Formats: sequence, C-alpha cells, structure tokens
Amino acid sequence: MRKFFLLRNTRKTGRGVVQCEATEVESSSIVWWRGTAPFALLPARVWMALFFAAPLGIVCAYSFLTRGDYGGVEQPWTFESFTRLADPLYLAILWRSVWIASLATALCALLGFPLALFISRAGPRKNLYLQLVLLPFWTSFLVRTYAWLFILRDTGLINTVLMRLHLVAAPLQLLYNDGAVLIGLVYNFLPFFVLPMYATLERLDPALLEAAADLGARPFATLWRVIIPVSAPGFVAGAVLVFIPCLGAYLTPDLLGGGKSVMLGNLVQNQFTTARDWPFGSAASLVLMLTSALVLAALMRSRMARELM
Amino acid sequence: MRQKALGIYSATVLAFLHAPLLILIVFSFNASRFTVWEGFSLRWYRAAMSDPQLAEGLINSLIIAVVAAVLSTVIGTLAAYGIWRRGAPILSGALYLSLVTPEIVTGVSLLALFQWAFRFLHLQLGLYTVIIAHVAFSIAYVAIVISARLRNYDRTLEEAAMDLGAGEWHAFSRVTLPSLAPAIAAAGLLALVVSFDDYVITSLVAGVDSETLPMVIYAMARRGVSPVVNAVSALIVVAFGAIILVSQRLQER
Repeated sequence: MRKFFLLRNTRKTGRGVVQCEATEVESSSIVWWRGTAPFALLPARVWMALFFAAPLGIVCAYSFLTRGDYGGVEQPWTFESFTRLADPLYLAILWRSVWIASLATALCALLGFPLALFISRAGPRKNLYLQLVLLPFWTSFLVRTYAWLFILRDTGLINTVLMRLHLVAAPLQLLYNDGAVLIGLVYNFLPFFVLPMYATLERLDPALLEAAADLGARPFATLWRVIIPVSAPGFVAGAVLVFIPCLGAYLTPDLLGGGKSVMLGNLVQNQFTTARDWPFGSAASLVLMLTSALVLAALMRSRMARELM
Repeated sequence: MRQKALGIYSATVLAFLHAPLLILIVFSFNASRFTVWEGFSLRWYRAAMSDPQLAEGLINSLIIAVVAAVLSTVIGTLAAYGIWRRGAPILSGALYLSLVTPEIVTGVSLLALFQWAFRFLHLQLGLYTVIIAHVAFSIAYVAIVISARLRNYDRTLEEAAMDLGAGEWHAFSRVTLPSLAPAIAAAGLLALVVSFDDYVITSLVAGVDSETLPMVIYAMARRGVSPVVNAVSALIVVAFGAIILVSQRLQER
C-alpha cells in the first residue's frame, strides 16, 4: 500500500522558509468515495441526471424520429425535421428571433451603460441604486410582462391618455407587434446588462481618467477612447446575458406579440402543444439550444471573459 | 453639466424600470373598470379574494413552491458543499447549463420525459410533475447562493474540527452547516419565489387539476384585461419584494 503525506499547519517563516508538519497516511484513507462530499453530491447528481440531462437526451432522440399519427413519435429515424427547419418559413423565424434578440441587446446597452456608469460614480448611494435596478427584476416575470399589456393595449393607459387629450381619434395599435415585444424584452432583461457593466466600471482605475484629462482629453474623448474600450468585458458579458434569454423568450412574444410576432420559443411551444409535431418541436429546441451554446462558447473563449471572471 | 445629463438619463431609465409596476399598483385601487381614475376603491381586491379559481391557483402554487423550495434547498445546499469540498465539474456544468437553457426547452423536454415514462407507469401529469420540474431548475439557484457564501468561508474551520476529533459528517453538521444557515434561508426564499413565479415550464407539465396562480393570471390576461388581475399582481409584487429583501439581508449577514 502506498503511503502519502498530509501536510498541515503550513506556514511561512522569515526568508521564505516553509515549515509544516507531515502526517503519514495510507492511500486507502484518501480514496475518492471516502468522506461526505460524494454523498452530498449524490442527490443533485441523481436529480439533474433524471430531470435535466435525460429529458434533453429524449428531445435529442425525438428530433431524429418521425411524427406519429396521434401526436407522439414513431420510427423510422430520419433527418426530416432538420431539413424542414431549413424551409424559408422557419429560417425566417430563426432570423427574426436573432434579429429581435440583437435589437433588444443593443437597446439594453444603450439604456444600461449610462445607468451603470452613473451608479459606479454615485459614491455612498451606489447600493441604493443597485437595489432599485434589481427590485423590479425580482418581482414576478409574468406580472412585469402583464404590466405592459395593461399600458399598451387599446384601452390601456397610453391610448386612454392620448384619446382624452384628443391627440388621436382611434386607439393606436401599440400591442401585438415587434415593437411591443422589444419593449417587453428590454424591460425584463435590462438588469442583466446593468449588473456586469457596473461590476466592470466599478473596477475602472480612476488614475486612467486622470491621465486622460492630464493629456488633454475632453470628457467625450475620455468616454469614447478610455472608458468604453476598458470596459469592453462588461459589454460582452452583459450582451450575452441579455441575448441568450431574449433568443429563447417565449412568454413576452406570446403575450405582447400576440400570434403575429413568432419567435423560436413560440415555435417550439406550438409544435409540442397545438401542432403536436414532437420531432419537429424537438429539432427546433435543439437549434435554439445550440445557438445559445455557440454564443456562450464564443464568450467563454474570448480573452475578455477571462479578464472578467 | 455632463454629470447632470448622465443623472437625468439614469433617472429616466430607472423610471422606465419602475413606472409600469407602479402604474399597475395604482390602478389596482381604481374604482372604475376602465383606465380612467374614478376614485379609490378596494373592490378589485375583494373580487380577487372571492374568486374561487384564483384561490385554488394560490393553494396549488403555495403547495408546489413550499415543497419544491424545501427539496431544492436541501439538494442544492448539499451539492454546493460537495462542489466546494472536492469539485464536481460535470455537475457544476449541468447546473450552469440548466440556468441558461431556455425555459421553453426545459419545459418541453420534461413533458417529453413524463409522457415517455407514462407509457410504463400508470400515472398522469399532476402537482407532483410540477414539483419535480421546479426542483430541477431551482437547484442551480440554491447552489449559486450557497457557493457564494462558501467562497468566503474558512476551510480551516472544518479542518480544525476534524483535528479536534470530529468526523467529517460531524464537522459538516456542527461547524459548517450552522455558519451557512443565513445563506441557506436566503437560498430557500429565492427558490420559493422562483418556483412561485414560473409560468412557462409549469404550464407544460401541470395536470388538468393543478392550475397554478400564474396559469390563472395568464388565462385572465389572455381573455382581456380585468382589474382583478391588477389587484392580484399588486399583491404578488409586494409579497415578492418583501421576500427578496429579507433574502438579501440574510445573504449579507
């Protein structure tokens, strides 16, 4: 049996000398299954394997099967669901989802960056402002989306005010279009952009700004040529955190976009419920997950992410 | 000057974040059915209280949220502890992946799993399938809160306990667990809120007899806007806000 030495009470004395006590132990006492950790990990491993990994595996398998006569799935194995996704109709939905998610991300950056910059300079009131950003985020997602339904609908707040002021004769169609979906997405996911952006700006070295000022940079030049380049990791992290949930959004396009503004998430839901074409819905799910994973992988690989984490 | 412009812009963005919910709450006290202020009234709250569908949804939601929160808190805390002790790259990866997986994909994949399992078991969708699904997505939230706390936790405390003769389990339950208590409570409250709020996954895996509150609200919102929904929404906003504030206080401890 091999012997190991457990080092304990390691400490540095002067001149970099390390002192420690060594205890001789047999290898059997440090084999992997000993100790509490494996038992602590077991329930989560079982639950995640059964109710997260296995379901995704089933969806993978279903995407290569054929639709059954009464819903369900049947053999033979085929690529048909994926070739159907290449149909212009569905490519348009994919493209539309990417486009709406990109627009929402850009809008979040436009609204979120100045806010994060402001909070990072707010001194002792930083925490209060951060709480203000987070608080609506922690209230129900459904309620937040419903609030916009209440504001934008034909008899909603905006239209009622406009009609009362006789600015418009008939209610404007504010709901059930891409604009409404965009507002809902930006509203719901803005905190996802502000937080990483703030975390980056917070660590910005004030000496950089002083140096820029000393060298004669005007405030706008400092912003454009110092602050924004240095805080690029925050932009990337925030953009990914907004883009991914927007790409897979279901509830917002469903409630605010009506039937008209279909995104990938709605396509998946529709195939699993009304249309009962599970193989096709599974294929669409996989495309959605793969697109998200690619975006995430691109972030993980970028040098910026490593700087941030 | 520039600082002032930045401040005004930020105030506008903050207003954009808060105005919709404030408007919703204000109009939940409106006497009129329409979006015109006609005076203060609690009639929509009374209507909400006496609505049997809302009551049933609330009870279902509470059962699901409490059971799912307890289960996911236990499982998630243990998982975070195990990961902290010796790492579990695959499990950590799965937990992160579960956070970024679109809800709709999680929902349909669980539905596919349940329907597949029902071929062999004589069961059908019900409250328990919702609970299973909620635990599956809440574990990651709990694990993240607990992991954050463990990152600042002194490893040598447990080692000291073991040097003094405590077994590993004893060191965990008598030393580490008590110092994690505030974080565990915070994680549990977070899981409660996350579970109570979910609509997308729930609507896919709920049985006919297990409509939750968000499902009832969704159906009402779809049918056309009723001020009753505003009243229920206002109550949810206030309750969630309170729970989250408590949870954050606990995490700071």
